[in-house]
Amino acid sequence: MLKIENLHATVAGKPILNGLTLTVPTGEIHAIMGPNGAGKSTLAYVLGGRPGYEVTEGSVTFDGQDLFALEPHERAAAGMFLGFQYPVEIPGVSYLQFLREALNSQRRAKGEKDLSGGEFIRLSKDKAALLGMDPEMLKRPVNVGFSGGEKKRAEMVQLGIMDPKIAILDETDSGLDIDALKAVGAGINSIMRSPEKSVLLITHYQRLLDYVTPDKVHVLSRGQIVRSGGPELAHELEREGYAEAAA
Amino acid sequence: MTALPTRKLEAFRYADIDALASVWTSLAAPERVEIAAQQRLQQIWLPSGDEVDVRRVEMVLEAGAVARIFALNSASRYGRFELDVTMHEEADFAFYGANIGGGDSTLEIVTTLRHVAPGATSHQTIRSVLGDKATGSFLGRIEVAREGQQTDAEQSVKAMLLDRGATANAKPELEIFADDVKCAHGATVGELDKNQLFYAAARGMDPVSARALLLEGFVSGLWDEIEGDDQGIAALARDALRKVAA
Repeated sequence: MLKIENLHATVAGKPILNGLTLTVPTGEIHAIMGPNGAGKSTLAYVLGGRPGYEVTEGSVTFDGQDLFALEPHERAAAGMFLGFQYPVEIPGVSYLQFLREALNSQRRAKGEKDLSGGEFIRLSKDKAALLGMDPEMLKRPVNVGFSGGEKKRAEMVQLGIMDPKIAILDETDSGLDIDALKAVGAGINSIMRSPEKSVLLITHYQRLLDYVTPDKVHVLSRGQIVRSGGPELAHELEREGYAEAAA
Repeated sequence: MTALPTRKLEAFRYADIDALASVWTSLAAPERVEIAAQQRLQQIWLPSGDEVDVRRVEMVLEAGAVARIFALNSASRYGRFELDVTMHEEADFAFYGANIGGGDSTLEIVTTLRHVAPGATSHQTIRSVLGDKATGSFLGRIEVAREGQQTDAEQSVKAMLLDRGATANAKPELEIFADDVKCAHGATVGELDKNQLFYAAARGMDPVSARALLLEGFVSGLWDEIEGDDQGIAALARDALRKVAA
């Protein structure tokens, strides 16, 4: 599904990723853990195509395509979902408007017809209910006045509506209380646990992995994967800290 | 006939005088609107569709009269909406206007609000979206006479520039002779937020759709207070935004 080879990237001229190699096969959930400054968010943004994140070497293949040949919106249409650590607020634009425009843009890119208003409302209500979010919240401006937990739940509702092939979730668990964490974990499992889908979970702490069991855990340090293992590696990291585990 | 104004006049300093000359003969005398005491008026000013679209209105609100004006200024060459309002006791006036244009259009909204008696309220919200080499201006003069105690006047002016060549002018001008008044004004000029654009792109929105949606968000709220049929102003504004976003 996703094949990252010898990836080097800079931000404002400063090297952050230094030869990162990682493969996420179809049907698997992989977690990337690492200390602050290891390059976790940079990896997410490079995969999403954020301006200012420059790839200097290496390649990424997504579903057989050269990822870097695609614009950010084309990556989404090709089935990649980037979950934001800090979901962006958009005053004056309701979630319903935003998601409908986004979903229909994706559908047009794939040569499909726009969803009608009724079809879209039904879909968004279903997904909101699935994630335990009051559908009325989708009438509010995008993330404006949402609590940290509500923003992350809303990201999961978007994940459900977009129904991607791969989800790259950047610190989706940060700032969540236990209930929100459970809801997010259940959301990832119900939407993405499938033999056709993959997830790259980027996280600082092991606690989300209590709710979403990864097939593999990787340790990112100084822009490289320094260790890989099974789910038990997350517990080891939690016990011993990154310095020890990455040594 | 009144002579064609020149740019030396403050109210015409950003005007396209050549364009104005082509329509001036029929406009030298402004249209006059009087709202009787305690009466209410709502007007929706749609673009005429002509490349030069100039409107000059003098409005008088008698005691307790209420006026709501909603205006979309989006002429392809020159659009000028000029409004001179005199407010008597406890009159209540609100203006919601948008300048939306690209190319080398010149769009301006010029208002003079005269609070000549106690307790009148005025509220103006102006949003400009300017692409390419367009210029959008708001000149808002508020005069509070000595008799205009307890005046409550407010201006909110925001402009969004989409291209390097676009220009926005915002010029509040307050002349206050009463000592117990509230006159608030704020003006900002900005550009589309890069984080919002990337968020929209990451959800699959192509750049034109993303810009158009964010611009709709920027002008949203201008038409919320319209009572009854909006005569298509929201849809026309959306079309104009899609055009400058492309």
